[in-house]
Amino acid sequence: MRKPLLALAAGLLLAGSLSAASAADKLKVGFIYLGPIGDLGWTYQHELARQALVKELGDKIETTYLENVPEGPDAERAIEQLVRAGNKLIFTTSFGYMDPTLKVAKKYPNVHFEHATGYKRDKNMSTYSSKWYQGRYIQGLIAAKMSKSGVLGYIGSFPIPEVVSGINATMIAAQTINPNIKVKIIWANTWFDPGKEADAAKALIDQGADVIMQHTDSPAAMQIASERGKLAFGQDSEMIKFGPKTQLTSILDTWGPYYIERVKAELDGTWKSEDTWGGLDSHMFAMAPYTNMPDDVKKIAEDAQAAITAGTLHPFKCPVVGQDGKEIECKGGANLADGQILGMNFYVKGIDDKLPGK
Amino acid sequence: MQLVLEKRTERSNTIALVSPLIAIGLTIVTMTILFAILGKNPLLALQAYFVAPLTDGYSLQEIAVKATPLVMIAIGLSLCYLANAWNIGAEGQFLIGAVAGSWIAVKTQGTDAGAWVLPVMLVLAAAAGALYALIPAICKVKFGASEILTSLMLVYVADLLLDYLVRGPWRDPNGFNFPTTADFDPVATVPVLIEGGRLHLGSIIALLVVAAAAILLGRTIKGFEIRVVGAAPRAARFGGFNANQLIILTFAVSGALAGLAGIIEVAGPVGHLQPGISPGYGFTAIIVAFLGRLNPVGILIAGLFLALTFIGGEQAQIAMKIPLDVTKVFQGILLFYVLACDSLILYRFKLVFPNRQVARGAG
Repeated sequence: MRKPLLALAAGLLLAGSLSAASAADKLKVGFIYLGPIGDLGWTYQHELARQALVKELGDKIETTYLENVPEGPDAERAIEQLVRAGNKLIFTTSFGYMDPTLKVAKKYPNVHFEHATGYKRDKNMSTYSSKWYQGRYIQGLIAAKMSKSGVLGYIGSFPIPEVVSGINATMIAAQTINPNIKVKIIWANTWFDPGKEADAAKALIDQGADVIMQHTDSPAAMQIASERGKLAFGQDSEMIKFGPKTQLTSILDTWGPYYIERVKAELDGTWKSEDTWGGLDSHMFAMAPYTNMPDDVKKIAEDAQAAITAGTLHPFKCPVVGQDGKEIECKGGANLADGQILGMNFYVKGIDDKLPGK
Repeated sequence: MQLVLEKRTERSNTIALVSPLIAIGLTIVTMTILFAILGKNPLLALQAYFVAPLTDGYSLQEIAVKATPLVMIAIGLSLCYLANAWNIGAEGQFLIGAVAGSWIAVKTQGTDAGAWVLPVMLVLAAAAGALYALIPAICKVKFGASEILTSLMLVYVADLLLDYLVRGPWRDPNGFNFPTTADFDPVATVPVLIEGGRLHLGSIIALLVVAAAAILLGRTIKGFEIRVVGAAPRAARFGGFNANQLIILTFAVSGALAGLAGIIEVAGPVGHLQPGISPGYGFTAIIVAFLGRLNPVGILIAGLFLALTFIGGEQAQIAMKIPLDVTKVFQGILLFYVLACDSLILYRFKLVFPNRQVARGAG
């Protein structure tokens, strides 16, 4: 009685190992996503990049993703599960995966890791991020031009340097157009919560803001602005279909080329740990078409984009004046040093708000 | 003719034993159909869910790690629920425990403090959790405030306190303003049991808690009191048992266990204090408590089983490219069947023929 069962079990095992063998020739590339792939924002853009990667190198690689992985104790397990499933290059696509990624990287020195937006690296762990503040500067110019009330509404996620530098770049740009421009900031304390984001947008509009900017990931704020007949900027992805008469532009995360480049390096055996912080010039992100604005505003935006891309315009050109009116020490020569931007922990002059935790 | 649920005169022990098996059987049938519709091989999918995680040491460790906080919290909750005290705020007690214990870890950081640090953290976390749970308990006893509401609302208070601390006073000075404390020193970390793995001392503590609860409920007068007060409040009053005292006691114990689970999670798998240390453990533990029928051993099994569905769900995502939503549907269907089948312990289906009833009513 036992033998047939054993044979069946052996057969199943054999079938399992056979299917594994055919896949073994391909490089396995894993992804950890923060949100659901249908968030239409941050995670969606990573997923689009993964699809671009598969399109480009699909015959040489096999990709796997885990979505909606919380940035807590579960993250380390999720990453390790990908390692144990044979993935040799793993992209962990949110800041909160930094420590878990580092822990797993130390445990598996032969597997390579790519962590988005963090600052801890190792021999087998790279980081990559974008200079989104460049895009925020362009948005600041447009916002100041388009706002009739002179009040901008800004939905922040968490008061971390990436977000704070975005607010500062926006204001520095806006002040070049309208020195008395005001910004109202609401901290949503979440990256993705359409309900909260919508509430924040409503509150900002009720406080007189007529241009809504966001550093959260869903199109909820765009929809509210659209309902109320205000203007807004998208975030991470193209959100024009949520506000055809509302979206001015959007900062589009375009990770595809980077993913393809890194996977190619892995295939060639030339992958090494790096710190990539790409701007408009390196195509780590792009600006969505400038819409719902007159031609002169569009021209200002396009000129600024060209200047930033060419390197002739830097949003944090010294002198940068802090909220208290004191000049910020200029560690990067003509501009603030990259380290000062990456660790930005202050507001610039003219922001009538207190930085949480300060 | 209609089908109605009729209360049984006494609970059916046969059904009590086979109901989980029926539930699992129904889940497998439903999921097989669902997998087939999705074009996935049902056999391989079920293998990825239930069998694969049980076949290697790594996954077994991860199941234990995931189940540890769930089981500890659920044991405490079961004592409350048995005594008819409805603590819904274990999530808050978990967070407060984590905060209180982390306080020592943060204050002793880099000071070469001795081995006393971790034990003090554990004790402080348990005490803080207990005190935090006493707030709704005392409001209930003194003022008759609904403990369901007050304990639930205190979850948000705890959440915001943690948030404030890691964004403000306790923020890692070298952390680029990100909301997290610095990593705890080794003396403030729960030791790992197997080198290279994640199984930690907390799992042993959870097992001790299960054993202690089993002894408390099965072998002591206090345990008897708890069960009588919950099952037959009038009888308990005649017996001279003080229901209010038991509310205070069970709330304190469940708060202490939740707080302990909180610091173990922070000083163990996470390694520092940050927002989002709990993916809703305090709430999931309510499910675990009832899934385990408020019985300590049952809760242990339920906690491990729920952990298995998490780990298995991930492996199914990886191995079969099954979307996360399907694993969630899977968990939902399973819980639905378990609870549905459990209702058969106290109720039974009966076919009712209206005509005959009318006839009987007339006669």
